[in-house]
Amino acid sequence: MATVPASAKVVVIGAGIVGNSLVHHLARLGWRDIVQLDKGPLPNPGGSTGHASNFIFTVDHSREITDLTLDSVKQYQEMGVFTQSGGFELARTEERMEELRRRMSSARAWGIEAELVSPDFVKEKVPFIETDQFIGAFWTPGVGVVDSLRAGTIMRERAMELDALTVVANVEVTGLDVEGGRIRRVRTDGGDIETEYVVIACGVWSPKIGDMAGVSIPLTPAVHQMISVGPCPQLAEREGEISFPIVRDMDTFCYERQHGADMEVGSYAHRAILHEPEEIPTIEQSKLSPTEMPFTSDDFDPQLEQAYELMPELLGAEGAEMRYAINGLLSLTCDGWPILGESEVQGLWTAAAVWIKEGPGVGRAVAEWMVNGHSEIDVSHSDIARFHPHQKRREHTRLRTTESFIKTYGIIHPAEQYESDRDQRLAPMHESQKKLGAVFFETGGWERPFWYESNAALLDQYGDAVMPREHEWDSRWWSPIINAEHLRMREAAGVIDLSAFEIFDIAGPGALAAVQMTCVAQCDVPVGKVVYTPVLDAAGGFRSDLTVMRLGEDHFRVVTGAAHGPADRQWFARHVPDGTTLTSRTDDVVTIGLWGPRARDILAGLTSDDVTDGGFGFLTCREIQVKGTAVLASRISYVGELGWELYVAADDAAGVWDTLLESGAAHGAVPVGIGVYGTTGRIEKGYRAFGYELDAERSIVEAGMQRPKVKAADFVGRDAYLAQRARLDSGEAPASVLCTLVVDDHTSASGVKRYMLGGEPILRRDGGTLTDGHGHHPYVTTAGSAPSLGKHLLLAYLPPEEAVIGNDLAVSYMEELYPVTVGSVDATPLLDPANERLR
Amino acid sequence: MSTLVCVKRVVDSSSEVVLTEDGQAVDGRYAGFTMSAHEECAVELAVRIGAATVMTLGDADAVEQLRAALAVGCEAATHVVADAQAFGPADVAREVAAIVRDGGHDLVLLGNDAADTGDFQVGIRLSYELGWPVVNGATLVSVDDGVVTAEVDGPDGHETYRVPLPAVVTVLEGGVAPRYPSVPGRMKAKKVPIEERQPSAAPAGPARVRLLLPPPAPSTVQVLGKGPEAAAAVVDLFEQLGVLAR
Amino acid sequence: MIVVLVEVSPSGEPVEVSREAVTFARSLSAAGGGVPVDVVVVGTPSGALVETMAGYGVRRVHALTGPAFEAFSGAAWASGILTVREQAGAVVVLAAGTPRGGEVMAHVAARAGVPMAANVLSFGGLSPFVVTRQVVGGAVLEEMQLSARPAVFTVAGHAVEAAPAEAPGAAEVVIETPSVADADLVARVVSTEEPEADLSGSLKSARVVVGAGRGAGSADGFEDILELTALLDASLGVSRVVTSLGWRPHHEQVGQTGSRISPDLYIPCGISGAIQHWAGCSSAKHILAINTDPEAPMVTRATHAVIGDLHEVVPAINAEIRRRRG
Repeated sequence: MATVPASAKVVVIGAGIVGNSLVHHLARLGWRDIVQLDKGPLPNPGGSTGHASNFIFTVDHSREITDLTLDSVKQYQEMGVFTQSGGFELARTEERMEELRRRMSSARAWGIEAELVSPDFVKEKVPFIETDQFIGAFWTPGVGVVDSLRAGTIMRERAMELDALTVVANVEVTGLDVEGGRIRRVRTDGGDIETEYVVIACGVWSPKIGDMAGVSIPLTPAVHQMISVGPCPQLAEREGEISFPIVRDMDTFCYERQHGADMEVGSYAHRAILHEPEEIPTIEQSKLSPTEMPFTSDDFDPQLEQAYELMPELLGAEGAEMRYAINGLLSLTCDGWPILGESEVQGLWTAAAVWIKEGPGVGRAVAEWMVNGHSEIDVSHSDIARFHPHQKRREHTRLRTTESFIKTYGIIHPAEQYESDRDQRLAPMHESQKKLGAVFFETGGWERPFWYESNAALLDQYGDAVMPREHEWDSRWWSPIINAEHLRMREAAGVIDLSAFEIFDIAGPGALAAVQMTCVAQCDVPVGKVVYTPVLDAAGGFRSDLTVMRLGEDHFRVVTGAAHGPADRQWFARHVPDGTTLTSRTDDVVTIGLWGPRARDILAGLTSDDVTDGGFGFLTCREIQVKGTAVLASRISYVGELGWELYVAADDAAGVWDTLLESGAAHGAVPVGIGVYGTTGRIEKGYRAFGYELDAERSIVEAGMQRPKVKAADFVGRDAYLAQRARLDSGEAPASVLCTLVVDDHTSASGVKRYMLGGEPILRRDGGTLTDGHGHHPYVTTAGSAPSLGKHLLLAYLPPEEAVIGNDLAVSYMEELYPVTVGSVDATPLLDPANERLR
Repeated sequence: MSTLVCVKRVVDSSSEVVLTEDGQAVDGRYAGFTMSAHEECAVELAVRIGAATVMTLGDADAVEQLRAALAVGCEAATHVVADAQAFGPADVAREVAAIVRDGGHDLVLLGNDAADTGDFQVGIRLSYELGWPVVNGATLVSVDDGVVTAEVDGPDGHETYRVPLPAVVTVLEGGVAPRYPSVPGRMKAKKVPIEERQPSAAPAGPARVRLLLPPPAPSTVQVLGKGPEAAAAVVDLFEQLGVLAR
Repeated sequence: MIVVLVEVSPSGEPVEVSREAVTFARSLSAAGGGVPVDVVVVGTPSGALVETMAGYGVRRVHALTGPAFEAFSGAAWASGILTVREQAGAVVVLAAGTPRGGEVMAHVAARAGVPMAANVLSFGGLSPFVVTRQVVGGAVLEEMQLSARPAVFTVAGHAVEAAPAEAPGAAEVVIETPSVADADLVARVVSTEEPEADLSGSLKSARVVVGAGRGAGSADGFEDILELTALLDASLGVSRVVTSLGWRPHHEQVGQTGSRISPDLYIPCGISGAIQHWAGCSSAKHILAINTDPEAPMVTRATHAVIGDLHEVVPAINAEIRRRRG
């Protein structure tokens, strides 16, 4: 063991699965002078890795998590520490069977071998299971267990073999020094280290370390209970650590995992038991390890009973005793995603709230991100920069994780909303919206009306055109009123609250250079122009898409979505030179959208400014007076209609909102929710959304968003983008092509019409699989009603040879095939392809 | 016959001891709570003898220790709900005696000493309360035909006591291996009703003034080296201490 | 007056902890203006014992004799001690903190209806009489007030060093044959077997003990440790967690609730040194700790240490021993 060096290129704090994987990948990618610290001894310093149950189920509804898991499995296999066991996820109820069918969709979409099987199939592989306790199961043969401590040792050794790594155990970090916004130094009880980079990879302790640099790492240590029962003769008679498949009893939130002669029973069914990072005991104070807290048996008793019902012969075997029982600590976050990436302090990175199943994949991704500026696997959902201020509060994390803990094995609807700690950010017109019966969904803390019950009367008017959904799952967190609002907007006009927009102004002598460098589109445009632009990473993958308004020679306003807003703001801030400022306007500027064929009439009635097409052209912006209130109007649309985004001072917003509704009513305008703005309005127009169609893996060319010319000015990702275009020009097909598909028939075997919600696999009509140039199988990135077309539309990246208009394919939903037809193979919208409605 | 076994909820002391903020008690928030090793053996012996009732005196959380004893085979449980901190050994003995009188038990097993207060007296004081004989520090206890045989590792060798019932025996760890609960045992324990009692009298209290942590002894350790490279230095030490002779 | 119960070894000598208790009593006597210190022994005292007690400044040696004291009974001993105490009007009754000392003092306190303090390390004021004693296996100290008379307590092992007095005492032997009630003889030893030469016996008397803790990793992790034990002709001692996990039998356990050892050399491998364990091994003359954690209590309290994984260090030591032996 070494002593603490005086300097390093990077200090990795933590020697759990994440820290160990990070040092290995940083070394492999060429970094040297890496120092890894842990306050505990090696190989098990006492964190969550040390007590992990170490099994890996590969199918998750999230592609990001699945990608990280599959990459991790590959790495564990390569290190020789993976033992394949197979795994079952049991359904005790029909509702769970439906969820398992949905899991099959994810398995097919991500290309993971899986199968729905009968209780008898399970019994054959797990003879001590009681088949009368469940009705079916999801079988993943590729499930297995790993030796995560051994993997950690191997990865540290590999970094040391490259002479890249110094590991210092039993050293505690006591401080982080930040100077001029950059990390400079790590203070430890074994001496200080001058360093360029620091990675906080110390799991449940991460918030405490982050606080030392004033950085919030909003995770909470939470208890996961586990007991070990043994020796069980049925297990003891077989050699090795594991020879029976792992069973996840989904409806009791428990798992049963063989470990030699013992059966480990783990639970996520108990109340959320949260701890504070500062309250975790030291190694000396703890009985077993700091993250193996005293077992609270009362919390576990109900699960014990259920586990016993499932495996009575095994768990009740003569001599089988509960010899080990812990309240193991693991890390939870407010939204369930890991916390990765560079913090607002330059050079200070995090890699925390990561499970064993993602550890090596996360290590690789973060190492690539640090070394290359981007990672092969897109981890944007996990970016630490995603957090809004309210999400950085510990109370928020506590409340949200308390709510979500019980959902660890839960059935989560894709649109499911949190109940706790809501109403964090309210639009100035919130009270008015409540009176209109707004149903609020949350994004980035903002309460956004998804639809208005006040528009229910429109349902009668539009009848079946609102495309009602008869199945409860398909219509959960949904209302046909969305489609009614949509139709009314296309017929007359809609007023849409867009307060949640993240808005920031870049001003100063370096403003133009900053936006030019970050944006693909030409931003050196006349003052008063509006630019819609992708934002790329160096590899040419999407970082974002957003709009930029040139408000002055040296003044640009950037407008982006709430969900990804903070990350975009941090990205731009990194490109703003000294002497130029980036100022958030999110809280003092409110955006109200006004769109529809009557939008101009409505606006013209409220202003003396010229709002004719000649006087106020598409993609321009300027200040106008709306009933005496100054409003920055921007003529742009994300719903494919004539109209404006109106930027209003927060104090004036409620008044302008009321004025628009009142004056609009005579023209047939109604308040319209985000259900239209985010889905139905855009899908008819083939508009792409970041986080759905656009991610770091896909290129502008695949998304069909390339313009005739590329600006001469340099920008991030330019070389990669030029290379993509050159390949296309040389006749090489892109790896995939984003298409719009039309569902031809919704009728299920039971006769109930079903409506896909997104994430479903696209297959051949006969159910055969498709594979694109990335090796991925096509899946639905966005699904939604297109009420003006009377169709349900799906967006999906298809292999180029399948991206042919009229091509007959199928979508698999809840394990049934529905016919679909390719309707569009580029950004050409199915509705109003000539964009006449925008004029 | 019927056996009563007495247990006490104590902080698990297998790790560094932490005091509560007021310094008047050992804090179990990190290490958790348990019953002492002696009591675990007393429970095991009681279960082997049969018809065992477990009792404790403690706050509501002490039910955990009663359930633990029920889970390994005790058949009934009595809980004197009280703040154990406020009870001295004589107070506890009086409460146990009250249970014995009401419950008609004829053998009482206790741990030799509590893992926290280490008073070494409750069993003996109980014997005087009841007017029963007491054997102290037994590692094995059995009952045959109304006679208790208790075995004690005494200073002069392995001692045997034979005492007619009713009797009190305090137990030292080592004679039997306490069992861990089985899953069915734990489930059964959950369903056993626990008799709750109030203390029979106000406690006189322990004669405690305060608790304090001893100052850490200064380390004088000589580190011979790190890892396998230290082997030569270690064997040098063996030679120096003369323990290497074969 | 102060009465001290003195335990006698099979060879007729006062055991060391009892001499410590007498030393403690003498310091208490000095603080109290020189009240006399008497001792109580069971059985007729040997000349050597009387001589030693004289050296320790003892005024009288009360010898409890008669059929009631032939086989041990805690109640009978306590009855005899209280008879002596009443005759002489003793205000303090104490014994060494051995199992027997504690048992007899508990009987004394119960019979006298007074509190008792176990494992006293020191005393503070005399009025009120406040003692400091070990609780939680010595990890915590408790101050306790003994207001009633007699004050009854036991003295923790090594609380003081046994030392003869500057001025010898008379050590006048007084043979006592107090009557003992039948009820006090119901619980008495009916037979005593010589200690077996079993494994735990050899552990307690071993010159070298190799210890193993959680660091062994599993029941199969003891191979190298057992080899080292054999190479050094030592005994194996393990921590409580090892027996709890069923890796090794209980009789190998060293600690507060296991065997207390006092070897020349103790080699704890992968033992962190929890209080429970330390209570059983603190009497070792030399301790060589092998542990990955240099901050582990066992390492900081040891005389020597090697920082490293026992699975790497122990095989290297074994190899080195074999090499030197050719």
